[in-house]
Order: sequence, then structure tokens, then C-alpha cells
Amino acid sequence: MTRTNAYGHLAQGDRAYGNGVAGVVTAGVADGLADGSAGGEVGDVRGDGPRLRGDALTLAYDGRVVAEGLDVSIPDRSFTVVVGPNACGKSTLLRALARTLRPSAGAVLLDGRDVTSLPARKVARTLGLLPQSSVAPDGITVAELVGRGRYPHQRLLRQWSADDERVVGESMAATGVADLAGRLVDELSGGQRQRVWIAMALAQETPLLLLDEPTTYLDIAHQIEILDLCARLHEERGRTLVAVLHDLNHAARYATHLIAMRAGRVVASGAPAEVMTAGLVEEVFGLPCRVIDDPETGTPLVVPAARRRTGEKAS
Amino acid sequence: MPALGVWPLGLLAFGAPAFGVRACGAGEVRPVSVVRTAAGRPVVAGIVAVRPRAVAVGIGCLLLALAFGVLTVGSGDYPMSPADVLRTLAGGGGPAEDFVVRELRLPRVVTALVVGAALALAGAIFQSLVRNPLGSPDLLGFTQGAATGALLVVVAGGGSAALAGGAVLGGVVTGVVIYLLAWRGGLHGHRLVLVGIGATAVLTGVNGYLLTRGRLMEAARAMLWLTGSLDGRGWEDALPLLAATAVLVPVVLLGCARPLAITEMGDDLARGLGVRVQGLRLVLTAAAVLLASLAAAAAGPVSFVALTAPHLARRMTRTPGPNLLTAACVGAALLTGADLAAQRLFGDHQLPVGVVTGVLGGGYLVWLLAAQRKAGRI
Repeated sequence: MTRTNAYGHLAQGDRAYGNGVAGVVTAGVADGLADGSAGGEVGDVRGDGPRLRGDALTLAYDGRVVAEGLDVSIPDRSFTVVVGPNACGKSTLLRALARTLRPSAGAVLLDGRDVTSLPARKVARTLGLLPQSSVAPDGITVAELVGRGRYPHQRLLRQWSADDERVVGESMAATGVADLAGRLVDELSGGQRQRVWIAMALAQETPLLLLDEPTTYLDIAHQIEILDLCARLHEERGRTLVAVLHDLNHAARYATHLIAMRAGRVVASGAPAEVMTAGLVEEVFGLPCRVIDDPETGTPLVVPAARRRTGEKAS
Repeated sequence: MPALGVWPLGLLAFGAPAFGVRACGAGEVRPVSVVRTAAGRPVVAGIVAVRPRAVAVGIGCLLLALAFGVLTVGSGDYPMSPADVLRTLAGGGGPAEDFVVRELRLPRVVTALVVGAALALAGAIFQSLVRNPLGSPDLLGFTQGAATGALLVVVAGGGSAALAGGAVLGGVVTGVVIYLLAWRGGLHGHRLVLVGIGATAVLTGVNGYLLTRGRLMEAARAMLWLTGSLDGRGWEDALPLLAATAVLVPVVLLGCARPLAITEMGDDLARGLGVRVQGLRLVLTAAAVLLASLAAAAAGPVSFVALTAPHLARRMTRTPGPNLLTAACVGAALLTGADLAAQRLFGDHQLPVGVVTGVLGGGYLVWLLAAQRKAGRI
């Protein structure tokens, strides 16, 4: 396990991992989409650090401080999952990384530059966000909704190109919604709709993609389906994914890099096998548990203790 | 008019879920279907065209508006057939016809066209900005602000040019005040609605007070203006409005329509896609307030066009999105049609156009509520 402030080390470790999978582009998935190495457009001033990190972030809503002096770094080409109890600031952190919340102190650095100083559309071609709640307009079709992901690539005088069309088709194919292209989004099931939103985020063609609780409100089968999809996008396209998840076992199974937060601080970060220990779960969630090997994958599996102790500390 | 401030409170508060805001459309691009090529790679076929239905509705309404305009030009104490009107407009009429058409009647029709389009555009912008189908400048206080400005001029004994100026100034000042009051680290739809309703109530009271302060003749003139009338509009009324809309409309349609459609999907998503949401809201609020104020300056606070036209546009096009351009066409058709009806339907007794739009618009709204209730959505 790596404690915070060690992100030089983390970055190195995970880049090594990233390089390992970068070449694995599986056949059968449309191959035209930008992969992580394509880099987007902000990438001229790159140091050795990770492309996306938060530096001494203080995050607040209306003056109520959620997190203070928060340092996080997202290893390149990782599937990073942020876990933590309710109200620990994980969604807030994601919103700050996606620049939808401006930090009251500190900065989110994308390729070494403060995201707030970069042109909004330029950032939107490098860093995508799928927020927790988005409104699908009434009467919009699947293909139209996915097409909106092309917005940052479009110009006033060149609103729809063959390129846009190709990317929309490929994004729908990659998420398995191509057959639904002409259907109205209102008519779809929850799982289908979430895949459509992910297709929209894919159509944005960003090497970095942030997902805020992508599996919430879905049944278990659809949760696994969405996470499998994310894992495939990460492995086959070399995209850097950052997701907030509630289910620790899903996090441990799918993440290549785990960030555990509690009360606005990063408690631990690193590979799931190292981070996800009974001690950490107790420290972060106040939940006594055992951690065993997932019989399917060998990743950590958190099994809550059968009965809570009395007088345990609140989370 | 005073009642207007109160009744929509509940509807504004609960309108969005009740109506189910019919939102967005990133332009009317529409990939139609997916086919698979021999290589098995999916391609979206049918080059993403503008939705034909939206184009048809827009063009249809524009033609309807022009037809109403021609009929209006042909009606009056010196009746002319549509063919004569068109011939005169093309330059083939006699001096008398030329004078009647170009100097007396055309300015009124042009004013009606532009006021209708401007009001509808302002309404469509506000409905989309506040994500509420009842978010129109009449209900958010901007029109009342314009009326206050105009009434102040009336009480001070100013002429009609000053009255128009007062209306624009009143609308803009009200817009700035509401914007500042609703601002809290960003502009949010529900705060704008609530502050707007408060402003409407206050300004309605102020307007009532100003009416009682005016002398009888002035108060009567003010009442006519408050109802919304196109009587006796000349080029001096139409031209400032034309010039302003010629600047504002392209800014709104070309610069803001697509990001506005994106923003309807949620602020976070829009920011993630690179829309500068707060900047967009500022520009659009300013444009919509200006459009509504200028329209009020030219024709008075004509009621319900701003509210009704965007709804009609969405229902007819069945296209997601703010449907800004279509709404403007519908607004132009509505106001020219209402003006024609106001002149023609009641014999010698000409009505101010605001009476007709009020009755039509109010009736439409009641019908809409009834239909929605039957459909189980309210």
C-alpha cells in the first residue's frame, strides 16, 4: 500500500502497467477511435508526471469546505477507482478534476497546466466527464444523443463531418447500442440508457474519461455489464478512466489503481491488492470485515463481519 | 394584469416535472440509421441532415406569417386584394396605393412580424435557460419592468419616442437587477424563476400605482400601451427594432443555439463538453431581455406570444432542443395572425392585438393543462 504524497512512485508503477497493455488492441472493436497515446491537444507542456493531477486542492460548496490540501494524481492509462463513504468528497474531487467545480485553492493540472487557464473546448477534447445525473432531452434519438459528444470537435461552419459520423457509429458499436441508433432514449431500459451515455462520452474521443458513479441505479447484471465495458475500453483503447464507485468488490476487481478517501482526505492509494485490506476498510468505512481472495479473479473480496461491535466509531 | 403576477406561482414551481420539459437539440442534426458495410464496420448512414419536419414547420410558419401580413396590408378603409398588395410591393402600384402600402400599413406589419419573432425568441431562450416551460419574459418580470419604464415616462408626460426608450431602459434595468439578485456563484434556473416572480409582483404593484398617478388621458393611453397594440406604428417604431434584432438574432442563433441545447442536458455535462455555461447564460439572458424590452417598446407588452410560440414550435417540430428559429417563425405567424384577427373579426371595432393574443394564448394554455391532465402528466 502506498500512502499519500508518494505519487512520483505511483505514477511510475502505473505507467509501467499502462505500457504493458497499451499494445493490446483487440480485433472486433472499431479501431478508429483515439487511444490514450493519441494524447489530445493540450499535451505540449508535458513533464514526467501523470497527465492529470490535483495539487493542494481545497474544495468547497458555498464556503462549506469538503476537502482541504488534497493531492491526487491519476496514473496514465490506469483504470482508477475512487472509493470512500458517503460525503467523503469523492464526487466533489471528480467534479474538480473535470473542472465543473472550481477549487477555492490549489489547481487541477492537465499536462502540467492549470485546467481553468485552458480553453474549455480544448480541455473537452482531452478530458471527458460522465456526470451522475444528466437529462436526456425528450424526443432525442440514441444516435442524436451520442452525436452530442462530438460538440467539442465541431465548429460553427463545420458542424457535422464524415469523421463525426464515423466516430458516432464506432462509439455506438463499442457500447453495443448500434442497433438502437434510431430509437428514442426515453424508451430504453436503465442499462441501455447508461450505455448510450457512455457512448456519448466515448464519441468525445478523450484520452481521459471521468465517470461519476456509472453503475448507480442499475441492477447487478447491468452494473457488471457497464464495468466490463469500462474495463474493455481501458484495456483495448489505452484510455485513462477514473470512476467513482460505491461497491468495494467491484472497485477491487476492476481498478488498476485505487484511491480510498475519507473525510476529504486520501487515506491510501495504489494497486487494489495492496490497498484493499481489512484494516483499511475498517479505517475508511468503520466497517469490520474480512478480506479474502475473489474466487473468480483473485482480487480482494470484502466480506463484512457478521455482527457489528457495539460502540464502534462512526464513519 | 395584476392577476398575472400570482397565478403561475404554483405552475412555475412545479411546471417542469409536470410538463416534462421538452428539452434540447444540438441543432437538428440527425443520424438516421446504422448499416453495416461488408467489412462489418458499422457506419451511421443517411448523412445527418437537419430534421425535415423542423424545416417544414419553420418555412410553413414563415409563409403563413407573410400571408397574414399581405392580408393585413390589404385590409382597412382602402381595401386591396392580395394581388394588388403584392404588385404594389413589387413597385407596380399607383402613387396612392404606394403611399397606403409603404407608408401607412407596411410598417405595422413589419413591426408585427419582428415583435412576434423577438418575443418568441426571448421566450424560447428563457424556457430553455430556466428549464421550465413557463419561463417566459412576461412571467419572469422583464415585461413588467419594461412597462414600469414606459409608465414612468407617461407620468412624466413624455412623448412616444421617450415612452419606447423608457420601456427598453425599464426592461434592461429590471433584467440586470433580477440577474444580480438571482446570482449566487452562478446563475441557476430556479433562482431566476423565484426572483423573477417576486419582481413581477413588486413591479405589478408599482405599475398600478403609476397608473393611478397619471392624468386621465395619459392613463388611458398607458392602458392601451399596456394591452399591447400595433395601431399607427410607423417606420420610426419598426426600424430600431429591426436594427437591434438584425444584430441579436444572428448572435443567438449562430453563437448560442448549439451550446444552449447541450446545456439543457445538465450543467456538469455541458461543462465537460466544453460549454462555458455561465458565460452562455449571461449572453443569452442579456439578448433575451433586450429582445423582450425592444418588442415591448415597439408594441407594448403583448401577452402570451413569448410563452406560447416556443411550445407550439416544439409540438409541431417534435424536435428536441430549444427550437429557437422555428419558435421565432411561429411567433411571427402568431402575432401577424392575431393582428389580422384584431382588425378583421370584430367589424368596425378594432381591438388591440394584445387582447387577441391574451385570449388565444390563455386559451391555449388552459387547453394544454387540460390535455396534460387527461394524459396523466399533471
